[in-house]
Amino acid sequence: MNNLDQLVAQATAEFAAVGEPARLEEAKARYLGKDGSLTALLKGLGKLPAEERKSAGAAINIAKQTVESALATRREELRQVQLQAQLAAESLDITLPGRGERRGALHPVTRSLERIEQLFRSIGFEVADGPEIEGDWHNFTALNTPEKHPARSMHDTFYLLDEQGKVQEDVLLRTHTSPVQIRYMQAHVAKYGHLETMPEIRVIAPGRVYRVDSDATHSPMFHQVEGLWVGENVSFADLKGVVADFLRRFFESDDLKVRFRPSFFPFTEPSAEIDVAFMSGALEGRWLEIAGCGMVHPNVLRFGGIDPEKHTGFAFGMGPDRLTMLRYGINDLRLFFEGDLRFLSQFQ
Amino acid sequence: MQFPESWLRALVNPPLSTDELCHLLTMAGLEVEEAVPVAAEFSNVVVARVLSAEKHPDADKLKLCSVDAGEFGVLQIVCGAPNVAPKMHVPCALVGAKLPGIEIKKAKVRGIESFGMLCSARELGLSGDHGGLLVLPADAPIGVDVREFLNLGDTLITLKLTPNRADCLSLTGIAREVAALTGAPLRLTVIEPVAPTHDDTRAVVLDAPDACPRYCGRIVRGVDARTPTPAWIKERIERCGVRSISVLVDITNYVMLELGQPLHAFDDARLAGTIHVRYPKPGEKLLLLNEQTVEPSADTALIADEARALAMAGIMGGEESGITDATTDLFLESAFFTPTAIAGKARTFGFSSDASHRYERGVDFELQRRAIERATRLIVTICGGRPGPVVEAVSPGHLPAREPVRLRTSRAAKVLGIDLSADQIGKLLQGLATASERQGDDFVVTPPSYRFDMEIEEDLIEEIARLHGYDNIPAPPPKAQMAMLPLPEERRGAMAVRHLLAERGYFEVVTFSFVEAAWEADFAGNATPIQLANPIASQMGVMRTSLIGGLVDVLATNRKRQTERVRVFEVGRVFSRDPAGQTVSGFRQPVRVGGLWAGSALPEQWGATTRPVDFFDVKGDLEALLAPHSLDFERANHPALHPGRAAKVSLGGTPIGFVGELHPRWVQKYELGTAPVVFEIELEAWLATAMPTYREVSRFPAVTRDLALTVPRDQALQPLLEALRACASEIVCDIRLFDVYQGKGLPEGQKSLAFRIVMQHTARTLGDVEVEAAVAEMIEVAGTKFGGALRT
Repeated sequence: MNNLDQLVAQATAEFAAVGEPARLEEAKARYLGKDGSLTALLKGLGKLPAEERKSAGAAINIAKQTVESALATRREELRQVQLQAQLAAESLDITLPGRGERRGALHPVTRSLERIEQLFRSIGFEVADGPEIEGDWHNFTALNTPEKHPARSMHDTFYLLDEQGKVQEDVLLRTHTSPVQIRYMQAHVAKYGHLETMPEIRVIAPGRVYRVDSDATHSPMFHQVEGLWVGENVSFADLKGVVADFLRRFFESDDLKVRFRPSFFPFTEPSAEIDVAFMSGALEGRWLEIAGCGMVHPNVLRFGGIDPEKHTGFAFGMGPDRLTMLRYGINDLRLFFEGDLRFLSQFQ
Repeated sequence: MQFPESWLRALVNPPLSTDELCHLLTMAGLEVEEAVPVAAEFSNVVVARVLSAEKHPDADKLKLCSVDAGEFGVLQIVCGAPNVAPKMHVPCALVGAKLPGIEIKKAKVRGIESFGMLCSARELGLSGDHGGLLVLPADAPIGVDVREFLNLGDTLITLKLTPNRADCLSLTGIAREVAALTGAPLRLTVIEPVAPTHDDTRAVVLDAPDACPRYCGRIVRGVDARTPTPAWIKERIERCGVRSISVLVDITNYVMLELGQPLHAFDDARLAGTIHVRYPKPGEKLLLLNEQTVEPSADTALIADEARALAMAGIMGGEESGITDATTDLFLESAFFTPTAIAGKARTFGFSSDASHRYERGVDFELQRRAIERATRLIVTICGGRPGPVVEAVSPGHLPAREPVRLRTSRAAKVLGIDLSADQIGKLLQGLATASERQGDDFVVTPPSYRFDMEIEEDLIEEIARLHGYDNIPAPPPKAQMAMLPLPEERRGAMAVRHLLAERGYFEVVTFSFVEAAWEADFAGNATPIQLANPIASQMGVMRTSLIGGLVDVLATNRKRQTERVRVFEVGRVFSRDPAGQTVSGFRQPVRVGGLWAGSALPEQWGATTRPVDFFDVKGDLEALLAPHSLDFERANHPALHPGRAAKVSLGGTPIGFVGELHPRWVQKYELGTAPVVFEIELEAWLATAMPTYREVSRFPAVTRDLALTVPRDQALQPLLEALRACASEIVCDIRLFDVYQGKGLPEGQKSLAFRIVMQHTARTLGDVEVEAAVAEMIEVAGTKFGGALRT
């Protein structure tokens, strides 16, 4: 082995031995620096005879390139080591929880109302709203429930005191969302009544209603959703079709049993109670009363400004509180109105 | 309406099981609320006669009895019942009998063998009565199965009747319905007039024919009011949930349950002269059978004689004219009072009676004479006595009309959405046993006197649907003309505001619209809220004008349940009187969005320092919520809020709500611990939004200058910022506060506000001169108008 080979072997060994970049640069200087041994050899070429100079020069350059390449390799190795060390030092416990604010949630009944709205919108129902302090006329009279009608005893109605402290007879807290039927029909007729063919009315009206009643299954304030479809050819069969479809979609249960049972409401005729029975779960097989419905009574259509000979319609009223309880298996109605975050945070 | 199945089956007996019968009734609109057996399951219990009952030699409270159980022999039985006595007929459970919870075996009781058990009502699951043995009538046949003797295979059926079906408030009515639904023959009691045996009558005058268009009365003399009620009557009325009182009362109740006609029996000896049905005289009072003294309103009809008021017509009899055990002469009343005359009256006195319940819904106005004959027959047969002639006063013009109603086959088919032929309808109408005449495809139907709910064509369509069966009407997917719903871009939906708030960390709550009066005073400064006339509780007595009370209450509830950090919101109406109120005249009831944040600014977590929520956290939520609108905040006094930490919120000059920290006074009073920050805005302000407007985006570089101004410490930012914006040249596109500093390095009473000013032009690169000029202009305005100086 000649001197050059020795030198290259020595440099390579020296590079491999150092562990820090600064030391590596010192080692580099010893071979390739101004006073480095390879640099010295190159400088010494001039003293060689011309015929040796060329081959000696080529040999030294090869040796120099080898050393430089060894240096570059070692540099990269050291960089990698350093990077690995840095990455190791920067490593996190990624199982720590994420930071920042958490999400809140809609009230479970609102969640149901939103699903109800979406389902009915998908078949062309609009969503309407109405006042909660309501006129006696809208709440009862226009719904075919004249004063002293025995059906008025079905509702235990909240009344208000006037400014003199006397009971105000003409207003009340609405006992159902049905007055929205009247308001909507009147507005619809005002808008389209002049047309030869009035567009159909398809609307639902969710909202709060009030009755003098309070126990584990009754709240003095609760929710209702009213539905109304009036057109020239709307029948009881259509009512059954729409409501049964809705209930199966709402509960996401194709085998849900839906039953329509004759009943009585002053504002519909024929009238029906709607019962459902689940085919599985804790309530399997039991008929559960879930809504009231019927064909809009001709007097109600007339109060709404619509000719009952030309138009027929159906209406339904259901309790989203109860629908929500059944859907999520909630067993106490009062939870809806207490605002306990341990309950509400379950509905994210 | 509760009744025993056996009574119904005595009148109509379709080949249906109990369950099938109940389903039939429910699906016909007579909802069966409950169907329960009258007694528990048991077997091998027979009627036995006690022959002897001696003291047990080794036990003071036990008796050694010998009982005759007929074909089952004479048995020795040890019995602990206090009432056991010789000659008594009692239920005897034989060895091998199965009773609820026990099986009877031969046993030794205190050393003496016992071959069975004598039973109380509770041991047979008949009632809770365990005071002694169930005493059977003396004529109960020995050895006969007690179930058979007491008719214990029976079921009590309770109907939840809708108010239109008063005709089913009697066994006859229900039987009529079952016959119509099944075609099974009706076997109603044949009522024959009872021939009078004397001529005594009492004249009846209808002074209030609008309330009482028909009144039948009859004197029955020489009645024994002390006769025991026959077991069959007692059993039937008790199984209808009516307490047995005395034979005469029981008979009138029996007829009411059987036929649906309320009856009243007066003690004839306590009446004076002619009977008048009239309205009360001013101040007239009446002591009722329930010992309540009432002063009936001017429109409440009374039954009176020549001396005084006797009864509240159709509602309740009077104490002073009623029958007693000593009564021998009766005056029986069977009258028709109109629904409008009775409706709601009993309720105003705080009670309801079987009679008023039926009259206000409608009693068959052709039933009175038959009912009085039926009652007379039962009285005379059971209690003896001599009937006089029936006196009937009637005002035909005031009886309910039964106008014929036209039913069109095509209309029925259209409303129900099914193919119906005139023949089918004709057949269904036959079942109703009502007079109808077919005219082509139409039917002219005259409603029966017992139906008060058949006045228009729809009433008949409902009958047709019921008899056809709701189950037999299909439920096809609906067909309709399709049209897309409008989707106005300048309106948002109320659901979206809820989602936004939930995304920002708030939980939605629903609180009552009626609140404590104190909340209104404290949180809304409202001393005269709308009061409820009949609140469910005093703390739910007034209508809210603000959502804050409910939200604070939710906070208190959660704090009590150890939840420290509470972020909640509600979307709901508030209510106030306002002469300009429109939807319902005199009231304003807008929907508001209210929020509350209490506890730490961030949920407790690692790596973030905790600090309590402050005004600016919630202000930030409001600003984000209302984007793209920009809001104005103005210092304001609000009764609920800390005066230094409260703002009125306006949008385009219109106030839309407020935001602020709860007043320390309320934090203390409502025991909230730390002060929550609350807000409340009008939902309408949120719903109305704007179409986005496009502005050109500059392709030239923006220039940014930071400007630190020292101003007096009490200088509010808003006016300064507005002034800077007002004076800014058109190249200024944004002025933003990025730092507020006060303290070391600044003169006493001064603070530093640092603004970042962004300038840009859409058509060219800005030059230094115009940039410096713009900045200088702002410094100038800050100096002259606000005493501000460039911070050095």
